Amino acid sequence: MPANPTISEAVARSVARHGGRASQLVQILREVQAELQCIPAGALDELARSLSIPRVRVESAASFYHFFHAQSHGTYEILFSDNIIDQMLGKREMMQYLCKLLWVQPGKLSEDGLLYVESTSDIGMGDQAPAALVNGIALPSLDENRLELVAGLIREKKPLAQWPQMLFEVSDNVRQEGPLLGETFEPGSALRKVLDRGAEATLAELDASNLRGRGGAGFKTAIKWAACRRSRGEDKHVVCNADEGEPGTFKDRVLLQSHADLVFEGMTVAAKVIGARHGMVYLRGEYLYLRERLEAVLARRRKAGLLGSGILGETGFDFDIEIHLGAGAYICGEESALIESLEGNPGKPRNRPPYPDTYGYLGKPTDVNNVETFACAAKIALHGGAWFAALGTPASTGTKLMSVSGDVKRPGVYEYPFGVTVKQILSDCGAGNAQAVQVGGPSGTCVSWREFDRRICFEDVPTAGAFMVFSRERDMFEVARNFAHFFARESCGFCTPCRVGTSLLRNHMDKLAAGKGSAYDMVQMKRLMHIMLTMSHCGLGHTAANPVVQTMEKFPDAYERRLKNLDFEPAFDLDGALQTARLITGRDDDWAHIVTGQP
Amino acid sequence: MSGAGTFTIDGRAIPFSEGDTIMEAATAAGVYIPHLCHQPGFKPHGSCKLCTVSINGRNGAACTVRAQEGMTVLNDTPELNDSRRALTEMLFVEGNHTCPACEKSGECQLQAVGYFVGMMTPRFDHFFPARDLDASHPEVLLDRNRCILCELCVRASREMDGKSVFAIGGRGIRARLIVNSPSGLLGDTNLSARDKAVEVCPVGAILVKRRAYETPIGQRRYDRRPISEVSLADARALREKDHG
Repeated sequence: MPANPTISEAVARSVARHGGRASQLVQILREVQAELQCIPAGALDELARSLSIPRVRVESAASFYHFFHAQSHGTYEILFSDNIIDQMLGKREMMQYLCKLLWVQPGKLSEDGLLYVESTSDIGMGDQAPAALVNGIALPSLDENRLELVAGLIREKKPLAQWPQMLFEVSDNVRQEGPLLGETFEPGSALRKVLDRGAEATLAELDASNLRGRGGAGFKTAIKWAACRRSRGEDKHVVCNADEGEPGTFKDRVLLQSHADLVFEGMTVAAKVIGARHGMVYLRGEYLYLRERLEAVLARRRKAGLLGSGILGETGFDFDIEIHLGAGAYICGEESALIESLEGNPGKPRNRPPYPDTYGYLGKPTDVNNVETFACAAKIALHGGAWFAALGTPASTGTKLMSVSGDVKRPGVYEYPFGVTVKQILSDCGAGNAQAVQVGGPSGTCVSWREFDRRICFEDVPTAGAFMVFSRERDMFEVARNFAHFFARESCGFCTPCRVGTSLLRNHMDKLAAGKGSAYDMVQMKRLMHIMLTMSHCGLGHTAANPVVQTMEKFPDAYERRLKNLDFEPAFDLDGALQTARLITGRDDDWAHIVTGQP
Repeated sequence: MSGAGTFTIDGRAIPFSEGDTIMEAATAAGVYIPHLCHQPGFKPHGSCKLCTVSINGRNGAACTVRAQEGMTVLNDTPELNDSRRALTEMLFVEGNHTCPACEKSGECQLQAVGYFVGMMTPRFDHFFPARDLDASHPEVLLDRNRCILCELCVRASREMDGKSVFAIGGRGIRARLIVNSPSGLLGDTNLSARDKAVEVCPVGAILVKRRAYETPIGQRRYDRRPISEVSLADARALREKDHG
């Protein structure tokens, strides 16, 4: 059977663009899908042939990522962000409205092959929710007017390039600035200091700053850099983790959109310190709209001698950065899963040790840091470690960018020195009657109104920066249920406790929501939590039960309310199920019945 | 790095050689740690999590963590055994396992581990997923209903048979075993019934056709002795073969 020529051409073009490297598979799959509207079976065959890898390897990557699909999603694919914040601000209604306008059903390609509408995990637009992606490009701040405009454009089959730009305008919404967001940064200024000071002394400054990773785990950055610097070999890599997938987080979006120089400069400082020549930004697929401007910043930096060979005239200081796009997978925020994804594989966390500092990208020493961490590192290179250490608390130095969303008057990004209280942030963002704040996203901490004096820092409430506010009108059970769905959707499936546990937990929550819950479900959920926490392979599984555990503890009413009417009966009608047996045996005495309340 | 030395499992001294995992050292010393995705001679994988032990107070998979001098490992504790029972139950409910009607009954490691950990019935709700059965291969049957995603066949085919017949496709609870052919059918791959990938399947997912009842039920491997004994004896035999 001759292969479809269009498929062969699309595959050949993309493979050639990536030099026939199988490690570029995820990038190649993205490009092939962009041309063909899907990744058909024929493309898998062609890719396997032209990359000289087994077909199963191509299929396993193509079937792992949410954004890849084997069937066409039409000319326009619209994915609505499905975080609880989007839902609270009208996501369901907006999605229904668009479907009604265009006569389509969610999850089903329209009959004319024009449009596909579905939900997706949080797309990082919590401050301008509800939001969606059209062919991967963000459409923030959706309301009925905008959707009517969108529906019209789709009916007219207008290419995206001709859509009004205002539909795609993503605001920064910076509400409070500190040293990171407030000062103007001159590109190259930090690198000049590094060249004056030397790599060793720069590492000492970073150590003195006590900077800890901003991605959530809070590992000390200087230890990572030092380990990578010590690792043998010429071939080292610097990776910027811009897979900002934790629902409710969007501060990296702002850094990349308006402070990209600071981030790239931080990566270049890291390259100098550890001795790397190659850098990569792992940009989450949801931030596709940022790619062009990031490429423009990179081009400008190359021109200015801040990237490329002989940076700032120093012979031997060679470093450049390329951008890799994700394809919809929360798990790729975990650094070893991210590296797997960079290599073109499904994003499944590796067994560790060895850690990336000795065995990372393609088996070479690799330093992986968060976007904000690199921005901080650039500032430390510029102003010194002592300057940074003077901000924040002793164990949590510097400032932290908080992504504030939900029931607040002024959603957006706020920069605070570490140690700020939850109460302070609530007052600044105009949260009138908050009952709880989910700090750090679904995997983080649910802070109830009784605990608003708690502080944002590694000593108390650690966070990568999400700050979702829920007023007293909100149902905290529904918040937890949304998060349970999120984890079930995002589990990579590698280990038993997380793969099965997240789905079991979601099912229990749905059962409760349907009014069929019993006390037994509560016991089972607690048992599941323990197993997921203690037996899972990575952080996703360890924390996946957190939202349920914490809301159960802090808002027990939200759960008990759902059990009361049931008198703790199982949803299944046990006595009814015995009817057949009674008919067969001809019995109808007391002992042939199960009566609630009797032993 | 750590050289040869000893560590303890449940208070018992276990000698190890450089590079040994906890699982390897334990097995050599005659201590059984329940497992499904691990087999002697295979690269550590660590996905089923049944072999989770407490290592100096923190949980880790015995099959992936290397033994170190002076380590304190707990294996046979009520808490760990209860969690292992739960994991086994999870594997049962996510697939469609029908032990009494399964050709592999008595030879199946999932069933045998179920007995070992004292599983009476899965205490979780069954998913009853719709999974494909593939009978296209003349000699081998692939029944995905019974697959536990241990990836032993994936690894055996890639590393030992040099064929890459299998891989895991999809993600999360929808992860499934996929095969290396444009049709997606096993019959269109170069798999042979004599491949290591077929032999290594611990459950009834990959079966050689027409051989299912060569050994009568009741006289099979795990009918006669518990998996804890069989597993250690197999490992001993393998070591003797390698060194003998």
